[in-house]
Amino acid sequence: MGLFSFFKTEKKKDTASLAKERLQILIAHEHSDKNKKSPDYLPKLQEEILEVIRKYVHVDEDDVNVNVEKGDDFDVLELNITLPEEDK
Amino acid sequence: MSKVIVVTSGKGGVGKTTSSAAFAAGLAAKGHKTAVIDFDVGLRNLDLIMGVERRVVYDFVNVINGEATLKQALIKDKRVDNLYILPASQTRDKDALNKEGVESVINELKEDGFDYIVCDSPAGIERGAFMALYFADEAIIVTNPEVSSVRDSDRILGILQSRSKKAEEGGTIKEHLLITRYSPNRVEGGDMLSMDDIVEILSIPLIGVIPESGAVLQASNSGNPVILDTESTAGQAYSDVVDRFLGEEVALRFIDAEVEKKGFFKKLFG
Ligand SMILES: Nc1ncnc2c1ncn2[C@@H]1O[C@H](COP(=O)(O)OP(=O)(O)OP(=O)(O)O)[C@@H](O)[C@H]1O
Ligand SMILES: [Mg+2]
Repeated sequence: MGLFSFFKTEKKKDTASLAKERLQILIAHEHSDKNKKSPDYLPKLQEEILEVIRKYVHVDEDDVNVNVEKGDDFDVLELNITLPEEDK
Repeated sequence: MSKVIVVTSGKGGVGKTTSSAAFAAGLAAKGHKTAVIDFDVGLRNLDLIMGVERRVVYDFVNVINGEATLKQALIKDKRVDNLYILPASQTRDKDALNKEGVESVINELKEDGFDYIVCDSPAGIERGAFMALYFADEAIIVTNPEVSSVRDSDRILGILQSRSKKAEEGGTIKEHLLITRYSPNRVEGGDMLSMDDIVEILSIPLIGVIPESGAVLQASNSGNPVILDTESTAGQAYSDVVDRFLGEEVALRFIDAEVEKKGFFKKLFG
């Protein structure tokens, strides 16, 4: 019996630790959703960044992309600007 | 000074009513004048669990609407001195509870010298659950060792911390984690979240762990709060919860896996 149950638990991953991991990630996410209202300022940010860039090069609205990616410990603000092809 | 304690969970069926009945009966048995209020309007059950279902004449909503006095509606327990039950109404009107009405009932209980007012919350995060927690000084969060229950407890904690009266006034509700339906053997086997896991995830202080126990069903069958079954593990665990709530230091019990298999050998050799 002892041997048999040893093999059984060896094969099957301990589901309780899986549950714990999933909960920790989920709850961290739900908390960050609530506390940081990140998406709220994004449209305005995008607009202002566009304005600044336009002082130097001509870009279209569609050429600027702002994104926030949520990580476990920190969020990443991602800026993607497609510059027009330069005619040197 | 009276204290209002909400027993809440978010998720349904985790043991709020069982815990409210046991906790209130335990406080009363220790000599504290205690009222337990059923906030589950439309689905009252506390009366049944406490075995007073045949004595209900008026209910919480009748009192709020001025159709009965609080004295008329409160049911005095026949087993435990100092214990009173205020049953929920069976009305299907969702708006039957309102802040002013609930507050006036709670205030009247305070004036009548009740030491503890225990609010048995319905499941969910709708009106009834909100009314049950709004006036609380302390909260007992009932959680089962299971993912959806833990997540819902976390949501309820968020609501306690942002939308309760205490929170609105810049204060904080004192929170207690109560883990119920715990099976140490399954935890050891790796298929149930352990109490340490749950405490770590929710990060609030633990007030007790109630084991999964057949005595709970038997108690509800007969309409006796399980805490009165002093032989049962669940009854004893609830009794420890009451002692801890009242400030005593009591070690946790019934949290280790039984070495069932060894019993056989013990019988042979011991
Ligand atoms: N420690 C325990 N051991 C075994 N069964 C239990 C235990 N605690 C509660 N139960 C059972 O779980 C069920 C739900 O309990 P209870 O009615 O107290 O939950 P609740 O949270 O009040 O539910 P609701 O959300 O519907 O109000 C009942 O059948 C009860 O007997
Ligand atoms: Mg209930």
